[in-house]
Amino acid sequence: MNKHLQKKVEWVWLETLRIHQKSPDTRVASSLSPIEIFVSLFYGGALKHFPTDPYNNERDRLIVSKGHGSISLYPILADLGFFDIEELDKICKKGGILGGIPDPIIPGYETVNGSLGHGLGVSTGIALALKRQRNRNSVFVLCGDGELHEGACWEAIMFAGHHGLDNLNLLVDNNSIAMLGFTDDIVTHGSLSSRLASFGWSTSEIDGHNIDEVNDTLHRQKATRQGKPKAIISKTLKGRGVKGLENQPLCHIINPKSETLEDILGAANE
Amino acid sequence: MNKPIAMRDALLYRVLDEMRSNENIFFVTADFGSPVLDSIRSEFPNQFVNVGIAEQNLINISSGLALEGYTVFAYAIAPFITMRCFEQLRVNLALLSEVRQLNVNLIGVGAGYSYVVSGPTHQCYEDITLIRSLPNFKLYSPSDHHIAGSLINYCINQHGPKYLRLDAQVLPELRTQVSNEELADGFQIIREGKDGLLIATGYMTHTAMTVANHLAKQEDLAVIDLFNLTGFDSRKLTAALRGYAAIFSLEESFIERGGLDAIIAPLLRHNKITAHFEAIGVHPSYSFELGTRQELHELVGIGKQAVTKRIKQTLNSFLEA
Repeated sequence: MNKHLQKKVEWVWLETLRIHQKSPDTRVASSLSPIEIFVSLFYGGALKHFPTDPYNNERDRLIVSKGHGSISLYPILADLGFFDIEELDKICKKGGILGGIPDPIIPGYETVNGSLGHGLGVSTGIALALKRQRNRNSVFVLCGDGELHEGACWEAIMFAGHHGLDNLNLLVDNNSIAMLGFTDDIVTHGSLSSRLASFGWSTSEIDGHNIDEVNDTLHRQKATRQGKPKAIISKTLKGRGVKGLENQPLCHIINPKSETLEDILGAANE
Repeated sequence: MNKPIAMRDALLYRVLDEMRSNENIFFVTADFGSPVLDSIRSEFPNQFVNVGIAEQNLINISSGLALEGYTVFAYAIAPFITMRCFEQLRVNLALLSEVRQLNVNLIGVGAGYSYVVSGPTHQCYEDITLIRSLPNFKLYSPSDHHIAGSLINYCINQHGPKYLRLDAQVLPELRTQVSNEELADGFQIIREGKDGLLIATGYMTHTAMTVANHLAKQEDLAVIDLFNLTGFDSRKLTAALRGYAAIFSLEESFIERGGLDAIIAPLLRHNKITAHFEAIGVHPSYSFELGTRQELHELVGIGKQAVTKRIKQTLNSFLEA
């Protein structure tokens, strides 16, 4: 196991809970499931990024379409110097830049998030632009499995498959839970992998909490350019590691008990 | 004098022309065509894409292209490009352009009743209201091919999202040319008069001219063509609104819903212009009636006869008073 990355995963997990303790209006459960993806992108070298020059044209593009579920990205961006680390104390407060749902006023975020089902289409337009401009950089877009209920996602999936946009990498944080329960009980995706494959995508299914598997797959898929857009379906647990939250069907809208947070964060400080 | 052409052709010829010297222009269509578009597609395959019948994706793809520096033209039928994808317009153009620089020009063809026989799904009486509700959007409503073609410079040089609502039919020309100053004003006084003023946009400017000419023996009516509905020169337009006993706004869209009437009424109020004001347009309701455009217009009270009668009545009531 890559111990360096695993330590980052654990650190981000704690920092995410710390942020949530400061601002309980943030969506913590959906932010805990994609941590390994963020760690691989920003510490594992999967995403070319420029903290002090976030729009450098040599960057890989990252669109965080499930924006609400990315407060776990805040400590990473602060740590890397995208913005001042003191912003973390001003979360959801007047004068701060970090909201309950991130907006592109935050360096590191490229588009408006919040309303689901937009990021994949915009990413597809970006991928098309980079192709036509012969720019070799990659496009990553993070979506939730619940988000893929939005029809606009499938318009983009059709389009990307048809045009063979092999610079486009869809990362599905497949935590299997939307707001009111399990995605399979709401409207099932069946096999997401075979559905995407039937639209002309290459797919891989991974254990999203195995940092080595996540990091290896992101690197391998990024390097693969075989005329097909790529999806990495990352099986994750919503609310991972938090008692009363992990994989609970309603964890999107319930908060961990304050004692639970105090126990975890207290133990971490010792 | 040139033979009139469709507004979309006037604009697309100019787009094609620009593309010949600017590889930074991208044309996106939602499976909607025109003969000029065929030339764009065959001459610039690398700067053209058809997303299919998928307006949400039309806007999302356009937004992504624009974020990477392209000047984008997105092309579809007016009601579809404004309503099917309204949240994409809001989030990925209006809202995003608050933070990121992007240039996306929506070309919507089929203002008002211009798709006459296709019925209410293809007709468009809500677009002025909807687009005006979005901050950062600019809205142009040309009345002939001269204005439509001249908008190219704004499309290329002015950043931000824009909506160009074009008529689907070939309309006669209302001027032989348009100056840069008139374009910048956003409106043009196309008929002088002193008894009353008709201020109209798009197709209805033609109706206003016909009515004013028809009534010329009894009434001396001025006509203003307002073709920039979000960025006209407010000071100049206010000055042009002064001095009339009655002012009528004419639009081929719903009235009392935030359209042209909602642009003019506050201008009058804020500037203490006390002229009698009447909004002429479509009362908010849908209809499945069939007929020619003129017949449909008469049915909803915006035809030449209906408008003539109404204006005469109003002006006569002043004489009696």
